Amino acid sequence: MPPYEWKEIIRQCYEVGCKTLPLISLTGFITGIVFTKQSRPSLSEFGATSWLPSLVSIAIIRALAPLVTSLIMAGKVGSSIGAEIGSMKVSEQIDAMEITATNPFKYLVVSRVLACTCMLPLLVLYSGTVSLLGSYINIHANELTSYRAFLHEAFAKISFLDLFSSIIKSSLYGFTIGIISCYKGYNASKGTVGVGKAANQAVVFSMFAIFLEETVVVQFINSFLR
Amino acid sequence: MKEENIKPAINGKEVVIGIRGLYKSFDHILVLKGVDIDLYKGENLVILGKSGSGKSVLIKIIAGLLQPDKGTVEILGKDMLHLKGKELQSLRLKIGFSFQKSALYDSMTVRENLEFALVRNKKDLSPKEVDEAILKVLEHVQLSDSINKLPSELSGGQTKRIGVARTLVLQPEIMLYDEPTAGLDPVTAGEINNMILEVQKTYKTSSVIITHDLACAKATGNRVAILSEGKIFIQGSFEKVFNTDNALIKSFYDYNFIN
Repeated sequence: MPPYEWKEIIRQCYEVGCKTLPLISLTGFITGIVFTKQSRPSLSEFGATSWLPSLVSIAIIRALAPLVTSLIMAGKVGSSIGAEIGSMKVSEQIDAMEITATNPFKYLVVSRVLACTCMLPLLVLYSGTVSLLGSYINIHANELTSYRAFLHEAFAKISFLDLFSSIIKSSLYGFTIGIISCYKGYNASKGTVGVGKAANQAVVFSMFAIFLEETVVVQFINSFLR
Repeated sequence: MKEENIKPAINGKEVVIGIRGLYKSFDHILVLKGVDIDLYKGENLVILGKSGSGKSVLIKIIAGLLQPDKGTVEILGKDMLHLKGKELQSLRLKIGFSFQKSALYDSMTVRENLEFALVRNKKDLSPKEVDEAILKVLEHVQLSDSINKLPSELSGGQTKRIGVARTLVLQPEIMLYDEPTAGLDPVTAGEINNMILEVQKTYKTSSVIITHDLACAKATGNRVAILSEGKIFIQGSFEKVFNTDNALIKSFYDYNFIN
């Protein structure tokens, strides 16, 4: 539906992407450290701590980074979109756009859905990198592994399909968060109570949809790997 | 803006809005039960009614924000309810709507609020012409010094004025005012009434004013219609409508303490 609202799309990309970075950095880093720390005892029993980098990287790139980042984004961005559009709806700002012959769907919905769809894969890549950094710090502190050896081991078991599927499913989750949050906000009613409800439902429904999609996507990718 | 009450004479009887047999219900509750009314070119038509009488529903149907169950709305000779796409957009640009709570975009400054619709609908304007148009309309509503303020920094009366300015910047032929003086003190309400008259004079607009404020109706209306139980109960000049012993009309009068 050109022409697109490019200025608003770029602004939303900044809101969705850059403003989520601190939270994603923190959770990604902690996920990497905690997952490595929790996995070590099980592998030590078999004297297989050298497998830690591979185990951690597979878990992070295939599942943890996309899922954790998407859930954080559903909480932070989903609630924000639901509340913002919901509040615009109940205060008649969306009606005001329609009256002035501006397409509110294009301005509000398309820009936000595109921003979520494009920015989540980038955030997942970033989150994966930070998680691996956390994992490396933990492994280096315990096993004195060099970063070259860690990277070699970490990426030895990672295929192109792993990375590609992570990026594609992140886009899907981003689209899901954007579309559900906009829908809930756009259909908000009954004043401030409705705005709160829209924000809450945007998060809950987005998370629920992400878990469902993850289940389906994993089955689909596994069928390819076989 | 001048303090005097300017009521321009109505030239001719050209109908700019024609409403026939309008019905609208919500959850099986009939709000409008066959509304018939016309707005003539250059006039201010005030529609009075109690809260819940369907005034706002009527004005939102005229603006194309709600679809009626039955009936026709003809605006500037076009059937509003069956227009789509660019035809609907171009007709909407000829209609200005002042919302009851102003509905300013609260994340944007006053300038951005006015610029928003202007740059999207008049793409041939240069940035200098956009600036000039914004400043001109802000001067008309006497709020040039608020250009860089956010809506949260404005008073109730100021947000009403900016709400009107936002529609005037597109130079509409028809203005729709939804409760323009609601929630304002009498002095500010008087200023808003004067602004409505000034807009009528300067921009040559025809207006529908929805209100339950008799002072506003008396000050701004060339013609008054009372909406009661989903129908136009009576219409005519303010003096004609209120020169009666009818209990419903008298209740309005008593409520507003006007003698």
